[in-house]
Amino acid sequence: MARPKTSAGDWLFQKGTGFFALVIVLIAAAIAVILWQRSLPSIEKFGLGFWSTDHWDPVAGNFGARPFIWGTLYSSLLALLMAGPLALGIAVFLSELCPHRLRQPLVFLTELLAAIPSIVYGLWGIFVLVPAIRSFESSLPDVIRATPFFHGPPLGVGMFAAAVVLAIMVVPFSSAVAREVLKAVPAAQREGAYALGATRWEATKVALYYTRVGIVGAIMLGLGRALGETMAVTMVIGNTPQVSLSLMAPQYTMAAVMANEFPEATSTLHISALVEIGLVLFVVTLGVNALSRLLIWSMTRRRAEPVIVAPLVPEEKTA
Amino acid sequence: MKFRDRWRRVVSILMMTVCFLSVVIALVPLAFILFFVVTRGIGAIDLDFFTQTPKPHGEVGGGMANAMLGTLIVTGLGGLFAVPVGILAGIYVAENNRSRFASLVRFSADTLNGVPSIVVGLFVYALVVLPMKQFTALAGGVALGVMMIPIVMRTTEELLRLVPSSLREGALALGATRGRATFSVVVPSALPGILTGVMLALARIAGETAPLLFTALNNHYWSTSLVQPIATLTVQVYTYATAPYEDLHRQAWAGALVLVALVLGCSILARLATRRLERMHVGGH
Repeated sequence: MARPKTSAGDWLFQKGTGFFALVIVLIAAAIAVILWQRSLPSIEKFGLGFWSTDHWDPVAGNFGARPFIWGTLYSSLLALLMAGPLALGIAVFLSELCPHRLRQPLVFLTELLAAIPSIVYGLWGIFVLVPAIRSFESSLPDVIRATPFFHGPPLGVGMFAAAVVLAIMVVPFSSAVAREVLKAVPAAQREGAYALGATRWEATKVALYYTRVGIVGAIMLGLGRALGETMAVTMVIGNTPQVSLSLMAPQYTMAAVMANEFPEATSTLHISALVEIGLVLFVVTLGVNALSRLLIWSMTRRRAEPVIVAPLVPEEKTA
Repeated sequence: MKFRDRWRRVVSILMMTVCFLSVVIALVPLAFILFFVVTRGIGAIDLDFFTQTPKPHGEVGGGMANAMLGTLIVTGLGGLFAVPVGILAGIYVAENNRSRFASLVRFSADTLNGVPSIVVGLFVYALVVLPMKQFTALAGGVALGVMMIPIVMRTTEELLRLVPSSLREGALALGATRGRATFSVVVPSALPGILTGVMLALARIAGETAPLLFTALNNHYWSTSLVQPIATLTVQVYTYATAPYEDLHRQAWAGALVLVALVLGCSILARLATRRLERMHVGGH
């Protein structure tokens, strides 16, 4: 590529826009640095014990964050168990089966699910979903209630309500990316499958197998969202720090404890402990998101390859 | 083998039905949420809601007028911070597509985009609230700005890439410098799309709650001061939803309806705009 003419104006243009680009890098770095700094008192005092003890008592100055970690991981995992297959089904339907006319409206509707503010999910969760779950839980037969997964009184608020709300919120993200990934399947793959006499589902399986890495990436992206979701979860999970397998038990998450306690935290140690939770949440979501982007990128990048072949196809000539 | 073929066909139809059903299952909550927000919200909305400030706890009546103004102010501030940074950084990244620094910027933007909103709140608390020793509207604006920057940057970058390179080449051939070509030819042709993206981003951050909890906090009274705590629709809905008064729950639904209408309105507008833009682009070639 021939270098275009440069001038003083160009230098200014380059440096000026570059400055604002630098601002973005600085903000990202500042988040990490500031969170680290502010959590130092807690890191120094509790060390790794912070993450392996259960006792959270701001008054006594005792901070163990294991219940929050557990709550965040458990709720996100449950949400993914529900949202993952659903998102995949939606992506397959919209990219392989859907009549052309229906596609745009359906894509719009699923994206709308992502546009609804999290506080609205929370409000709906408290006043509609939780009562529904409560009556569902109390109607469960005793045999099921005896298992550790359904142990405890039917409160409505708790792990199950949180997981359901999270699943609803995560579906549009995962399905949108899974759709992108499925687009990356070369037409030859599908045509080949059909040519061998495959049914629609078999051809889809070929496509899914071909994009398996990207699909995992799409679901991980949903995980990244679920881990950090705050408002809706805070409003329905019951905010009780305990490590329990039971779906009916009220529990707590990392994001929720920050939202609830930070505005009222006064002691340095309490603030610091909350910030340390924030720091870990930041690092974990960063890792999950980076990995998922890498997986998705490794998939969609391949779509670029045929472009290299494209010039070999004679271009249409206009008379 | 006939049985097997029939079996394969049955499995295929079955699985395709499952896929169709998953779309239905995902849309059921959407319908439910919209239904409840509209039915419960409509009943709760009256003139007071748009003109009054909150009554003391326990008293019936009052409205969210101050919170609506607050949302406008905080969202506006966020836009004020994020739009210049996002657009100019987007231009930089699009212009220096392959440089290492551009990759770093892209990585940082993706990182920012993935940061949980509550963590953004923590960050801004340490950055703005602690030094000022005060919860402020300004801090809320900064928090929303941080959330908005990566969205604006990515939209700008993507839309600039869609501009046909022949446009830029034409400008360069006429002797324009690179900066000139970008600012007077390339950016203007992508501008409608970028503005649409900015509008969508504004709608999205207007619906954020978590980053405002300990930056803008809340305020029972009218306030337009940037250095005082300020009420916002989202935080107000949160406070009301978790308060033990029936009348506040009613108002929380009304607030949710306003929020959803805002987001929905912006999404539909943006969609109409993009469709028109697409048609323009197709027609242009």
